[in-house]
Parts: sequence; structure tokens; C-alpha cells
Amino acid sequence: MADGIRLLIGTRKGAWIYRSDGARKSWDVTGPIMLGHIINHVVCDPRDGKTLMMAAKTGHLGPTIFRSNDDGATWKEAEKPPAFLKSDEPNARAVSHTFWVEPGHASEPGVWWAGASPPGLFRSADGGATWENVAGFNEHPKYWDWCPPDGGTPDGALLNQIQIDPRDKAHMYIATSTGGVFESRDYAASWAPLNQNVEASFFPDPYPDYGQDAHYIAVHPAMPDRLYQQNHCGIYRLDRPGDRWERIGNNMPKEIGDIDFTIIAHPREPDTAWVFPMDGTEVWPRTSPGGKPAVYRTRDAGASWERQDRGFPPAQAWFTVKRQAFCADAGTPLGLYLGATNGEVWMSDDEGVHWRCIAAHLPEIYSVVAAPA
Amino acid sequence: MINVVIPSQLRSYTDGAVRVEAAGATIDAVLDALDARYPGIKFRVIDEQGAIRPHMRLFANGALARRIDLALADGDEVFIAGALSGG
Repeated sequence: MADGIRLLIGTRKGAWIYRSDGARKSWDVTGPIMLGHIINHVVCDPRDGKTLMMAAKTGHLGPTIFRSNDDGATWKEAEKPPAFLKSDEPNARAVSHTFWVEPGHASEPGVWWAGASPPGLFRSADGGATWENVAGFNEHPKYWDWCPPDGGTPDGALLNQIQIDPRDKAHMYIATSTGGVFESRDYAASWAPLNQNVEASFFPDPYPDYGQDAHYIAVHPAMPDRLYQQNHCGIYRLDRPGDRWERIGNNMPKEIGDIDFTIIAHPREPDTAWVFPMDGTEVWPRTSPGGKPAVYRTRDAGASWERQDRGFPPAQAWFTVKRQAFCADAGTPLGLYLGATNGEVWMSDDEGVHWRCIAAHLPEIYSVVAAPA
Repeated sequence: MINVVIPSQLRSYTDGAVRVEAAGATIDAVLDALDARYPGIKFRVIDEQGAIRPHMRLFANGALARRIDLALADGDEVFIAGALSGG
């Protein structure tokens, strides 16, 4: 039995909060919140269990951050949203949107990190009220090699994820769409690529030091030396202190492939993870392969995968699940949640065996984050 | 004083006001004055490099203003427009 659950849902046109008790059978909805705003990420602060942080962009207006201390009833805008340093250089950067917000280490209440497009790292030390440029990455001498101005996804080049080692606040990982994964051991003061053996099939050298498109990384909370990565070119695992990723996606069924936006690790079982494959063939439709949605689970750290599709439409379903839109709660058995580009939210309360749709007709979903109620 | 016309997208900052007054000898100064009264409003229109955001438009006395250092005189009007594109 799980404790009560909140699902924080960010969409292309606002945010919604779904709530359930520990049974996870019925859900109440609050929303829309910020209707019409583009909400890339909504996160609850695990350190206080109540502060919500929301990355927003609004049509053609500049990007900002909203935060709530009353479970989403009211929101306050950041006094100083993430922004690059003022520059007279011709390639001066301006934040297009904040893509990811990450609570700081458990030992640092009030600290938050944010990743932006174009790739940028920002930090707040006052609970998200003001944000500072992180020069260690944004002004790194190799920045323009790692984040070339012509690189990027259809939504722009991204610093799409920040992960912090739960044992050490100074040990951080970031994922980017232009340079792959980078690691810092000095609290973001300096960074180094961490992409060995990760394919970048779109380059003449398919295994460069950097240049990969890291869609999602999962630092295992119970075993932080284990990282899973869903990359543009496949599924990988890295066990530290090693620095060579292993392509565990090679063990996926060939007809499905190992292309996906995201990967979710079981919070208590380091060998267990889930992916939601998408079609990465020819022109990259990025839909469920064959129009048949399914998750794939590994319980042996990627040596083998099993298909879990009970409850999903058996055919002619073409949705996609984006980077931040797949998550797990902390329940037993584990609950899994995914938000689809067609505005549906699907859940499993038995670790992926059975799936059911708990919400439909929302705008295109960008993020789904589970938090205790 | 400069008369400023606020688009619908920004009226959450002005408590719904469509027309507000602000002091300033340039558009930039007027936006700074607005931002002091309505925190955050300038950054939604002007990025951190001082550029007018794509698809946002500023008009000074009806003429398109391409720079925010454009000089203004007492009684001038600044019209902020958010292009209604998208879907």
C-alpha cells in the first residue's frame, strides 16, 4: 500500500494535479493551473514535502519560474528567473525556456538547480526566488564545443536534466542534447564529459568524447554508483567508478529497438528499470513501435527485457512519452505513471503488469512527477 | 509621463490594467519603471541581452520600435503587443 499520491502534470497548455489515496484506484483533479502557459516541469521539494516549483514559458513571453507553498493553490513568480550573463558577443545567449528543475541535495534546503534551452545551468539558494548563472558550465572554455549554437532538438538545444549524488552534494551529473552527459565533482565548478562508448550515429566518428544526445539519466537512489541512460541512440548502464557505458539496449527485441525518451529505475531494486520504446527507424516517427504501446522492464540490469502491455491499446495507438513524462511513486508494489503526447495519463499499480488510463483529453503532456500527497 | 498599453498576456502583472503610466526618457527606462512597479514584467518582453523577444512588438506613437534605447518625450505612447500566433 502506498501513501497518498500527487501527480504533478505539466503540459503544453498548463498544469494539473491529480490526487489519490494509498489505494491509487480513484483520482481527483485540480486544474487547470496557469492555463495557456507552457509548463515543462513541475516538481515537489522532497525536503519539505510541500514546495512546488514550476518551469513556465508563455507563448512569446519570456521564460520564468513559479513556485507554490500551498500545494498549488497560489503561485509566486521568481523575482529573478534563470538568465545568462549579459554579453556583447555575437552569440550571446538568452534563455528560451527552463526545461528541468531539480531540488538540491538533502543537506541544502532552499537550493534548487535548473536546466535550460539553450543549454544552461542555473542555481537558486533561496527557494527559487532568485536564480544565478552557473559559470562552471555556462562559461566553461569548452561550452561552445559541447553546446554548438546550431545544435539542438526541434524544441531547441537542451540542458535537459540534473542529477545529484545523494551521498555527496558536490557530485553532479547533467544531461544535454548537444554534448551528452557531463560530470562534476566540485559542486558544478568544473565539468567533464562522461560519454565513453555511447553512440552518436549522426557523426562521422560515432563514438566521440562528446556530442551525444542524452535524453535521460537515472542515478539509482539506492545504489548511486549505478546510472541508467536513455540516449538518442540506445539504452545504456554505467556502474561507477567505471566510466564506460554498456549498451544494455542491445538486449531489447530487435523489432522494437532501444530508442526512447526516458528510463525509470525502480527506487528499491537497482537491477530493475523500465523504458517506453518509440519508433526510431528511418525518419524517426517517435511513436509507439507499430502503434502498439508497451513498456519494457528489465530485472537483471539490462541483460534481458520483458514486454508489459496489458491494458494499453492493442493497435493503432501512436502516442509518445517525452523525457519528463514517465515516473514511479514509492509505493509497494511500485506505481508507474506515464503522460502521453495525446493528453492521456496511464498508470500501473503493479509494477507495469497492468495499465489503465486515468486521465484523457489533457493538452500534450510534457512532464509527470509523482510526489507524496 | 509615458502612456503604456499592456497586452492581454501581461495584464496579470498590472492587475488587469490596459493602460498605465510610467516615467522614462527611453523605452528601456519606461520598461524599467514598469518593472519596478510590476516585478517581472520586463523580462517577459526583453531578454537578458536587452533584445526584444521574438514575436513581441513595441510601438512608439504607432511606429514599430526595433530598439529599446529609442528616445521618448512626455506624453508619448508605448504599445506592447504579443503576436497572436501559435496553436
